[in-house]
Amino acid sequence: MVPHPFRVERVQRETADTFTLTLEPAAAGIEIRYRPGQFNMLYLFGVGEVPISVSGDAASPVPLLHTVRVAGAVTRGICELGRGGTVGVRGPYGTPWPVEQAEGSDLLVIAGGIGLAPLRSVVYHLMAHREKYGRVAILYGTRSPDDLLYRSEVEQWRGRFDLDVDVTVDHAGLNWHGRVGVVTTLIQQAQFDPDNTVAMVCGPEIMMRFCVRELEDQGVDLGDIHISMERNMKCAVGFCGHCQFGPEFICKDGPVFSYQRIADLLDVREV
Amino acid sequence: MSPKSKDLTEVIGRHPLFAGLDPTHLELVAGCASNVRFAAGQQILQEGKVANTFYLIRYGRVSVDVYSPGRGRVTIQTLHKGDVLGWSWIVEPYRWHHDARALELTRALAFEASCLRKKSDDDPAFGYALIRRFAPLIAQRLERAELQLLDVYGHVAQV
Ligand SMILES: Cc1cc2nc3c(=O)[nH]c(=O)nc-3n(C[C@H](O)[C@H](O)[C@H](O)COP(=O)(O)OP(=O)(O)OC[C@H]3O[C@@H](n4cnc5c(N)ncnc54)[C@H](O)[C@@H]3O)c2cc1C
Repeated sequence: MVPHPFRVERVQRETADTFTLTLEPAAAGIEIRYRPGQFNMLYLFGVGEVPISVSGDAASPVPLLHTVRVAGAVTRGICELGRGGTVGVRGPYGTPWPVEQAEGSDLLVIAGGIGLAPLRSVVYHLMAHREKYGRVAILYGTRSPDDLLYRSEVEQWRGRFDLDVDVTVDHAGLNWHGRVGVVTTLIQQAQFDPDNTVAMVCGPEIMMRFCVRELEDQGVDLGDIHISMERNMKCAVGFCGHCQFGPEFICKDGPVFSYQRIADLLDVREV
Repeated sequence: MSPKSKDLTEVIGRHPLFAGLDPTHLELVAGCASNVRFAAGQQILQEGKVANTFYLIRYGRVSVDVYSPGRGRVTIQTLHKGDVLGWSWIVEPYRWHHDARALELTRALAFEASCLRKKSDDDPAFGYALIRRFAPLIAQRLERAELQLLDVYGHVAQV
């Protein structure tokens, strides 16, 4: 439960309010291992602690990458740390995306906004094990072209012959030449076999609900749809009850859940 | 039926919008259809003007835009091969709610609305079949507009 100090090696500005931090352990002997979809608690000394998903490649876990969007005091402070700053890290916590379980299936990776951060680890995993999956589509929706995360990297993914990458924005000006429309439209265009597809969805809850409905309309089984619930939490170990969501604790039973498991709970407005 | 309109009937019948439509109704639809082509940048619909056509896009890309004071032209949707452009022709007062323009060379099937409306008045079963096919499209458009309005990805913080 004690955070380890990590040094900020690099702060990469992704969008106006989102930054990717590259973190190195400040002391020797700290073992770092995580699975795609897990998160760490990042502690800004004297201010507070927040759960942030790992956005790097689990196969090369050091340095640690976290993509943070400024929401309030802690996230703002973390993004303002700058190179050489120190942040406390404890973790990893939570359930991972079921990347092994999805082997042999078509895979839909559906991200909305900052939701691409926890799914980037999935993309790294499936690129490294591409032969284990059927068709793979990465569908990414965000507010406007200025809000696209990892833009040059997404362009590289798009250039691969073995991935279908489609991006859409809710609205755009004249200098955007891509798609405009909500992310659910991408599901309608994607190539996949609904009888043998695993979908991993992360984004704002409303966006996830609409995506699930579209996937269901296309014939994907609810048990094959996995979503990451990123509602707020405090202790991260199922102790304080802050993130209790019906019988589930998001921190230890989630954040990645099969939709079937939490469908009834998704209508709960706040925890 | 001429060979040309037979081809059109086949193409139209394969589109999901009209799949399964009674063959006599399909012919009525095809009788109001023609092939059209828009150059890149060409305007297709203009907000406020009479909605007298709808299109099935066969090739190319179309943007649906609104003008917003201070922001200029904002694209709210792009349409691609297989998409349907325009539903205002079926709902009074038959006026376009948006602008639309071809982003690249675009080929489409154009359906003349007054022709379809006339045939619907003459044969209400045909009109009902058309409404049943367009109602889900309109509902879907509303749902998407709602999602966009909700601005689900949130506001950009002042950093
Ligand atoms: C498992 C998990 C993984 C996460 N991964 C990431 C990530 O990779 N990158 C990232 O930027 N954020 C992530 N978050 C969200 C992040 O933890 C919150 O934005 C952060 O806790 C806000 O803390 P704060 O002190 O900066 O702001 P606060 O002052 O606590 O909150 C500021 C505002 O943001 C809202 N808010 C706080 N937490 C959340 C939340 N979880 N969801 C929606 N709104 C919230 C508050 O209601 C308030 O309006 C994750 C959350 C969880 C539970």
